[in-house]
Amino acid sequence: MPALADTAGLAIFLSLIAYGLTGGADLGGGAWELLASGPRAAPQRRQIAHSLGPIWEANHIWLVLAVVLLFTAFPPAFARIGTVLHLPLLLALLGIVARGAAFSFRAYGHPEGESERPWSRLFAAASLLTPVLLGVVVGAIAAGQARPPGAAADFLASWVGPFPFAVGLFALVLFAFLAAVYLAHDARYAPGEGAGAGLEDAGRAALSEDFRRRALGSGLLLAPLSGGVLAVAGWQAPRLLHELTRTPWSWALHGVTAVCALTALAALIWRRLRLARAAAAGQVALILGGWALAQYPFLVPPDLTLADTAAPASTLRLLLGTLAAGALLLLPAFFYLFRVFGRFRRFQGERGGQDGGGAAR
Amino acid sequence: MSDLLAARSQMAVSLMFHILFAIAGMAMPLLMVAAEAWWRRTGDPVYLDLTRRWARGTAILFAVGAVSGTVLSFELGLLWPRFMQHAGAVIGMPFSLEGFAFFAEAIFLGIYLYGWQAVPPRAHLAAGVVVALAGALSAIFVVSANGWMNTPAGFDRDAGGRFVHVDPLAAMLNPAAGPEALHMVLAAYAAVGFAVAGIHAGALLRRPGDRFHRAALALALLLGGPAALLQPLSGDALGVMVGARQPVKLAAMEGQWKTEAGAPLRLGGLPDLAAGTTRGAIEIPGGLSLLAYHDRHAVVRGLDAVPRADRPNVLLVHLAFQIMVACGALLAALAVAAGVTAWRQRGVPDRPWLLRCLVAGAPLGIIAIESGWTVTELGRQPWIIQGVMRTADAVTPMPGLGATFAAITAVYLALGAIVVYLLRLHVLSTIAPASSGRVGSS
Repeated sequence: MPALADTAGLAIFLSLIAYGLTGGADLGGGAWELLASGPRAAPQRRQIAHSLGPIWEANHIWLVLAVVLLFTAFPPAFARIGTVLHLPLLLALLGIVARGAAFSFRAYGHPEGESERPWSRLFAAASLLTPVLLGVVVGAIAAGQARPPGAAADFLASWVGPFPFAVGLFALVLFAFLAAVYLAHDARYAPGEGAGAGLEDAGRAALSEDFRRRALGSGLLLAPLSGGVLAVAGWQAPRLLHELTRTPWSWALHGVTAVCALTALAALIWRRLRLARAAAAGQVALILGGWALAQYPFLVPPDLTLADTAAPASTLRLLLGTLAAGALLLLPAFFYLFRVFGRFRRFQGERGGQDGGGAAR
Repeated sequence: MSDLLAARSQMAVSLMFHILFAIAGMAMPLLMVAAEAWWRRTGDPVYLDLTRRWARGTAILFAVGAVSGTVLSFELGLLWPRFMQHAGAVIGMPFSLEGFAFFAEAIFLGIYLYGWQAVPPRAHLAAGVVVALAGALSAIFVVSANGWMNTPAGFDRDAGGRFVHVDPLAAMLNPAAGPEALHMVLAAYAAVGFAVAGIHAGALLRRPGDRFHRAALALALLLGGPAALLQPLSGDALGVMVGARQPVKLAAMEGQWKTEAGAPLRLGGLPDLAAGTTRGAIEIPGGLSLLAYHDRHAVVRGLDAVPRADRPNVLLVHLAFQIMVACGALLAALAVAAGVTAWRQRGVPDRPWLLRCLVAGAPLGIIAIESGWTVTELGRQPWIIQGVMRTADAVTPMPGLGATFAAITAVYLALGAIVVYLLRLHVLSTIAPASSGRVGSS
């Protein structure tokens, strides 16, 4: 039983990492869309739309998968989180809807005109809600604030506080950093129809530089922010801080995370953008891993563990079997999709970014 | 507005919005693949143009449906945590499978949209087929979870009311799952087929003989027509199931207040809640007994078989059911008219009178689907799991749900306006230019 429950918990955790690396970067892209500035503001926005556009729909599946796995494998935990953290989750959803709307405009409206409209900006701004509030939800759970509600005020007390919002702010900057690293890479190596079309090599490099500077700025900001989160944890969530620092493995994990972070920054400075992308992704995954390990074996501290809230073994076995079969079927298709994207972009590049999109969209 | 009513309304708004994109996800890929297959066979560029236009429409609708579906997966826990706490382990399975189907849909739609030059022709067509299949499978899985709420199976309850001996497969294959899923898939094909047919019929009225729109009309009718004609059969299977498993729902649908043998079938009419009768209906003697039990003299249980507190809102359920049946009947009639006209013309049925009827009939299938779901959901009340758990016991204890309902409704209205705007742009750009020399200029 515990092994089954742990495996199901691991599956949820992996889909959350996948969401962080894809959907998180997409939401972070919303921040740069809002902050697009300088002589290349319009190409910046186009690059964001181009990099995130083609796989935007697929990104949300990771979040849906995590939710579905949670309510199938650990129904009481899902019920608790949905009840106590109703408001931040609802606000995060509003941000997801806003981001979806902004994306649809860009992809399917008249791409040139729509991006300049004020309401399109408004949606981009609203989409910043989501990373902050998803961070708030994670912070509230990690700090053990998602206790069963007693009075009406508990529906606010569970998440309104310094620690959840410190984590929310950290999440926003982290995802913005990840997005900027991806974008610096894509502007250089995968310009595609949107941004690359009107720009010569020099312009493309300048666009990549814009995002590289943003990546460096937000990446450096992460250092004081993570220190701040830990400080607030010491004040607001001492148990969590203890869990984060109690064992040798936790120090080892933080060490590897720091190495990833420094590698990402160094690679950005030396313009090794592929390495920067890998290191930044590793950094995000390891930070999420630190959170998961600090809570283990609790799913919703301080009282709900993986084993306590697990569904019956009959359900878990079927669920994990389905997951394995589904992964076997879908992962090859997923990689095939990325190869298709690669060829699509090269094709566009050869045709100077002309009508290639017309055929596909 | 009470918190319970606010939660139900929020769920209703979310589902009524999402269902539009779910049916598009089932039917549009089928149209798109049919057009591509025909283009690959004949080389006629009109069909290539059509394929690309339909693929773009599919992509717009899929993008919005992905978002509204994400919202729904959360809302299960935000609004009905006590339901999910007990039911999650039992019916999480079809939702997980739906997740995979959605995944497949997204991946293969990506391959389809971006793979025109990157994959071999057969693989491209096959990717489209997978998108269509995955869309239908998604619906079948989700509907089977809904079927479980109507005819719960695959678990026992211990003395404390907990769900034990959970068998997720038996839960998924509950008695309502099959008939409901069949009814839903056919409804999607009929509704989208006739909605698309209506758009192109309108264009043909303005530019008679346009090859592009004739081709589109023919394919849309070939999808929607047979589905509309088969739908009464699946409706019969579903009706028999409801009669056997949810007699109170059937009684509400039909406005049947008294338990009686040889119950009449009522067309129209208004249930009078105070007097406990249904007034003004055209009654076909023995019709309901015949339909529900395939026996003119069978005893049909009326609403009087259960206490008032266990009855759904008879007025709304009856009216919604009448609307669904009327829309379905009109669509079937349209299908027959189109079929007969096509046979007489030996070609695409484009007589102006028929085109005008098709334009008028474009929204009928969508109205039928929304009212059909109203019947299913309101007809099950006051239960969230028929006979097992009441909706009032499932709702979140959080106060102030009226405000969140208002917020979600405002957001959906805005999103709906955006979709209408984008689809209008898309449809207008499809209708506007002359059909010749348009290939590849999308």
